[in-house]
Amino acid sequence: MEAVMATRRKERLDRGIKVRTDGIYAVSSWREIAYLVLPRLLLIGGLLLMPLLLSQAPYWQRVVSIVCIYSLLAISFDFLAHFVGLVSLGGALYIGVGAYIAALLNTHFGLPSWVTVPLSTILGGGFCTLLLWPCLPLRGVYFAIVSLMFPLLAARIIEALDIFGGTDGILGVDGFSSKWMEMYVLIALVLLILFGLRRLVNEDLGLVFRGVKDNDQAVKASGIDVITIKALGVFIASAIGCLGGAMLSHLYMWAGLSQFALDFSIIPIAATVVGGGGTLAGPVIGCLILVPISELLRDFGTLRIAVYALILCGFIVFKSEGLMVYGSRKYQQFERWVQI
Amino acid sequence: MSPETILKLSGVTKRFGGVQALTEVDVEIHRGDILGIIGPNGSGKTTLVNCITGFVTPDAGQVIFAGRDITGWPPHKIADLGLTRTFQVMRPYYSLPAYKNLIVPLFSRRARRTGGWRGGGRMGDRNTVAVDILEEIGFERDSYVPYKAASSLPTGYLKRLELARCLALRPDLILCDEVFSGLSMSEMASMLPLMEKLRQEGVTLIMVEHRLRELFSLANRVMVLNFGAKVCEGGSEEVMANEEVKKAYFGSEEVFEYV
Repeated sequence: MEAVMATRRKERLDRGIKVRTDGIYAVSSWREIAYLVLPRLLLIGGLLLMPLLLSQAPYWQRVVSIVCIYSLLAISFDFLAHFVGLVSLGGALYIGVGAYIAALLNTHFGLPSWVTVPLSTILGGGFCTLLLWPCLPLRGVYFAIVSLMFPLLAARIIEALDIFGGTDGILGVDGFSSKWMEMYVLIALVLLILFGLRRLVNEDLGLVFRGVKDNDQAVKASGIDVITIKALGVFIASAIGCLGGAMLSHLYMWAGLSQFALDFSIIPIAATVVGGGGTLAGPVIGCLILVPISELLRDFGTLRIAVYALILCGFIVFKSEGLMVYGSRKYQQFERWVQI
Repeated sequence: MSPETILKLSGVTKRFGGVQALTEVDVEIHRGDILGIIGPNGSGKTTLVNCITGFVTPDAGQVIFAGRDITGWPPHKIADLGLTRTFQVMRPYYSLPAYKNLIVPLFSRRARRTGGWRGGGRMGDRNTVAVDILEEIGFERDSYVPYKAASSLPTGYLKRLELARCLALRPDLILCDEVFSGLSMSEMASMLPLMEKLRQEGVTLIMVEHRLRELFSLANRVMVLNFGAKVCEGGSEEVMANEEVKKAYFGSEEVFEYV
């Protein structure tokens, strides 16, 4: 067996269309354009068709919306972790803040959902950024720990002071006019933010973000305040999270303590590991896999955490690069066995 | 007319725990000078650079740049005034092409004001300015060197990339922390005229170096540090002849006897 293995090796060749530098393509025929556009169309088309395919299963249509909200969180986690260098476990904070702001605006001031959602995105993003501002000089695991404290703290404060409806939460939030609108608004938002951020990270501002991640000393020596740049990154990420939270409170017609639950901090990370970090699209794919699994396992109660842990361990051990990185390598390279 | 003082240190002192890294360092640099700072390993050269550029706050003393007391300012504000530095350990943004590394400094407020090196006022397309700077500093555009990934460049180019990052800010003063170390003889030969050219364009240079021969050919003044204190300062011959300097580098007579 070993003798056979030793006489051949796997050769990898870039497909002709991919030239030396990433992102520059020599496009000359419809076939090549199709080669580039197909994966993107597959994701866009797949997401847009999903509600239609599930029209016989209303329960799973709700799951589509939940997948989208987790996708927003996962994209924002990936952006902050792999392009700004801040590992944030504050997903639950963003969702909770967004949900409560939207619910308060809706029930107290009677604002319709198309006003509360954008408003709580901006206000929530600003609020979360202010909360995290003192922690911005921290790096790595320290920032992660501190950002995890905030959602726990927020839930306990609301409980102890009995504000915003206390443990009952805020009831009577308006729902969306139809489930189709709710699903398609969410899908459109996911696609818009996904492709928007993918563009941003290659713009000049995006390069500054990546500079902060790679070597913040050089950024300081270049006359740029690292804290301001990090704050901007946190604002973008938390605003995306708050957008998800605001949508969630209109979806459930309720805002409550469970929206500060740690699921919102943990599942986006798991999805990023499964889908492939640093790709932005990977986390969406991760959510498309993990969130439905989580729903299927609902009958098993807390045992689903164990299954989750197994999936996560499997990916970290066997495919730590994630599905998206693996898939795009397979797509862009020929592989063949050659005799030595 | 006496030459204008651009940077003045008085009594700069820094202690790390029990280690006295710098003791009352005084020095004055005129505009257009090249000041060399030499000294044995651990003599406080890099700490001095860090104190001047704000990466470390001195315990005592003053740093005055262009008439302003910048002691304790954060690094980005000091860089914004036109005082910038290279790093001894080069850490470019490896995943990016070389010219994309310059987008970060060109994004800064100072570069927007000055247009980057030779940008001439208003900032145009940052990519174009970046490639122009790199070409000026010896990245051959014809063989696409500015477009190559930073991770694929040899040390000589990386050192120059560090310098280019400073130049993108159109600085008044550059602190070069060992830009010559690790270069081959041919790389060095192309680096020397570059430094000379910068000086002629009115950029003041402070060079922390171990390569004494090259440094002495460039610098018009040299300062020697040992155990965080200034041993002497003067022209290169003057410094070479100084007994204290010989002691710092080669040890004292008694030590030789003991060995």
